[in-house]
Amino acid sequence: MTQTVFEPWNDPNEKPLIQFRGVTKRFGDFTAIDNQTFDIFEREFFALLGPSGCGKTTMMRMLAGFETPTEGTILLAGQDIAPIPPNKRAVNMMFQSYALFPHLSVWDNIAFGLKRDGMARDAIGDRVAEMLKLTRLEKFARRKPHQISGGQRQRVALARSLAKAPKLLLLDEPLGALDAKLRQDTQFELMDIQEKTGTTFVIVTHDQEEAMTVASRVAVMDHGQIIQADTPARIYETPNSVYVADFIGDVTIIEGTATRDGAGYRIDFAEGQPALYAETDIALTDGQRAYLAIRPEKVSITAEKPEDKRNALRGKILDIAYLGNLSTYHVELPKGQIVRAQTANTRRLSRRSFTWEDEVWLSWTDTAAVLLER
Amino acid sequence: MRRATLILVPYLWLLALFLVPFVIVLKISLSDTALAIPPYTPTLDFGAGWQGIRDFFSQLDLENFWFLSTDDLYWKAYLSSVKIAAIATFLTLLAGYPIAYGMANAPDHWRPTLMLLVILPFWTSFLIRVYSWMGILSGEGYLNQFLMWTGLISQPLTILNTPIAVYIGIVYTYLPFMILPIYAALERMDASLLEAAEDLGCSRFKAFWLITIPLSRNGIIAGCFLVFIPTIGEFVIPSLLGGSRTLMIGKVLWEEFFNNRDWPVASAVAVILLLILIVPIILFQRNEQKQREAEG
Amino acid sequence: MRRFTWFNATSLTLGFAFLYLPMVLLIIYSFNESKLVTVWAGFSTKWYGELLRNEAFLDAAWVTLQVAFVSSTIATVLGTMAAYVMVRAGRFAGRTLFSGMIYAPLVMPEVITGLSLLLLFIGIGLDRGVFTIILAHTTFSMCYVSVVVSSRLVSFDRSLEEAALDLGCSPMQAFRLVTLPIIAPAVISGWLLAFTLSLDDLVIASFTAGPSATTLPIKIWSSIRLGVSPEINALSTLMIAVVAVGVITASIVTKRAALRQQADQRAAERA
Repeated sequence: MTQTVFEPWNDPNEKPLIQFRGVTKRFGDFTAIDNQTFDIFEREFFALLGPSGCGKTTMMRMLAGFETPTEGTILLAGQDIAPIPPNKRAVNMMFQSYALFPHLSVWDNIAFGLKRDGMARDAIGDRVAEMLKLTRLEKFARRKPHQISGGQRQRVALARSLAKAPKLLLLDEPLGALDAKLRQDTQFELMDIQEKTGTTFVIVTHDQEEAMTVASRVAVMDHGQIIQADTPARIYETPNSVYVADFIGDVTIIEGTATRDGAGYRIDFAEGQPALYAETDIALTDGQRAYLAIRPEKVSITAEKPEDKRNALRGKILDIAYLGNLSTYHVELPKGQIVRAQTANTRRLSRRSFTWEDEVWLSWTDTAAVLLER
Repeated sequence: MRRATLILVPYLWLLALFLVPFVIVLKISLSDTALAIPPYTPTLDFGAGWQGIRDFFSQLDLENFWFLSTDDLYWKAYLSSVKIAAIATFLTLLAGYPIAYGMANAPDHWRPTLMLLVILPFWTSFLIRVYSWMGILSGEGYLNQFLMWTGLISQPLTILNTPIAVYIGIVYTYLPFMILPIYAALERMDASLLEAAEDLGCSRFKAFWLITIPLSRNGIIAGCFLVFIPTIGEFVIPSLLGGSRTLMIGKVLWEEFFNNRDWPVASAVAVILLLILIVPIILFQRNEQKQREAEG
Repeated sequence: MRRFTWFNATSLTLGFAFLYLPMVLLIIYSFNESKLVTVWAGFSTKWYGELLRNEAFLDAAWVTLQVAFVSSTIATVLGTMAAYVMVRAGRFAGRTLFSGMIYAPLVMPEVITGLSLLLLFIGIGLDRGVFTIILAHTTFSMCYVSVVVSSRLVSFDRSLEEAALDLGCSPMQAFRLVTLPIIAPAVISGWLLAFTLSLDDLVIASFTAGPSATTLPIKIWSSIRLGVSPEINALSTLMIAVVAVGVITASIVTKRAALRQQADQRAAERA
């Protein structure tokens, strides 16, 4: 049985739904978006991820039509959308505050956009019923927004923006107002609905876990630029910069000078310390500054020096963060750098092998660490 | 003990100087006019004991109210007060809404200044603000001078001492009462609601009708009551700007009392005026209550 | 970031022109040389001179200030007590009547309030004069004070008072040392409101003032009934100036205080 993998961005014949072509947006002296070019494909679940003020919301508001690019063009299905006002675009938005109309019932909120299209009464009824069913809100149709819970409000906002069957749905921090437990359930619900309706979703979030969970591709942004746009796995495993590596998940960064050695580079990072080794595809000149990014879960911690690994460092346990299923050890090297190592707590706490102040060996394989230029 | 003092002092003050006087008005409205001091009968004679009290009550009657209902001056005055108040309230709404809207959508750093500009007239003398229109609207006033200078008219318009001048005076003096509650409602409104409406296919104008107006409804209602209720009993504006032809009940009461010295009739006029006001006052209270509940 | 749209700028300009033009004209024509108020005959301050020589106006102004000061002070005390009762005293017999009596004067037509108080004063044989005006003004302005103060008390964090009691204050001390300083801005604005209402009142004062006492509004009233007069224009200008200076100063002071608080907070967070 062959299963086609959903990777339209790797298929040269696929036509993108949205194309940013050299888009720049300035507010006075401030550049919110800096000359960006990228594509989003049909049926994608595309996440714009970054800290506040990185430009992700501006990106979304340009798609919705509330902002126009200062330079460059945005194409939707091959057509420039700059001259189309927000109320005429086949794009709908789910607002961060939900923006539910407080004077209208749940039913009327969902029907609002349909009525604007002049849809027939019966058709509106059917469509609203369908949306209520999709979001499991049938029982709350007659309630006003202030009479339902936060999670239900979130689903009304989703139903309202999906009712017009937009080509593209924009979600601005859709789960930001929900508590942690509800957020997890809702993430899966969102993915489910996206799959059922086949709509292209663009989500804006500052929560990396959320982006990793729901998205087919994640674009990590900083200062108005997309630093890296790729699948969650590739963003995590092969970040293209220290910024991305540091933003997504936990990482130890070791700075040093690179020297070519076989299939990779040798990194000298401190006097009196053994050099580290990492295989990589990138090309560096000898003596160049480089950064080694190592995920804690890829670092083993042992009492004896492992004989089979080239990367092995000795250090002292400074701190142990007990997370229940995992423990993270903060190990201090002789020159003061801290390297984090994570182990699964497969045994009872009382039988833990290491404790504070213990001298231990840290080691990882040649392919475990990622070598970065910046 | 302390709590009792705290309650009793303001309580007794209000009983003595608000409720008791009011009961007296009610009582005198049921009395007869007399050429005496005080100019009405009966007066309560506690010296005569029970008999005195019974005599007192047996002499009270609804004669003054009967008189009010037969003389069409009073009917007309009540009706015209309500009519003038209603029309003036509507005009104030038309003038006030765009100002409140403009304030709510002004740049943030402008808003305290605009707010100050709305409140400032409220602190200046009411009498002087009404008076300022006498110089503008009179036959040789600034408005007529201006219009004749522009050549729009060749004969001065008669505006002062007509209902039009009363409308202008009411709109002018009560405008802040209309602007403030509407502004408060509009300012609370989340701007993303309008973006959501636009996103769902509304034009700007349509979004204004479907979202902005309904969401400022409570402010509109509050503003209208705040203008309508005091306007009905208004005395200064019709006296200064309305001339003898403008009939308003506050003015009638004043004249009945000071010019005709008919205290029982004046009291009866007051009682009926209050009865007319009770309905809008209760509606207003309910609107406020509802709004408080809606805000949690 | 909101910007002025064409529509908003126009409606604000027209609206404020309507609100301020009459007063501006009044001020300009108070410097008119001519006795004929509506005809400009050159700049002059002579009407201010006339005004200051007019004993009757000066006496009335003095009476008005006395009445306003005394009545607003008593009204502030009573109104603050009433607000405290409304917000804090819980249930007691006659609470509904009490709150009714607090709110009713706010919507009561002045002619009725004035009439009823006059009938009371005559009924109990009280001579009308400064004293009766003070009683009348105190009664209606205490209601305004209590509304202003109680809206502040509602949002007051009660645990502050409880902390004071916990630390050994008597209830009276807790009020004086903790509650009062915090609600002071509301109490002060209540006093100012009561003061202005008293200065401004014509109708109730007309009913309750006897021949022995004339307030400024009564004096103004009797002279403007006959038409526009340059002396009244001069008087109005002075009154508008006092109010404008007062209100603008107050708003600048509060704005400064708010800015300073913000700056302090930012400095504290940086440290």
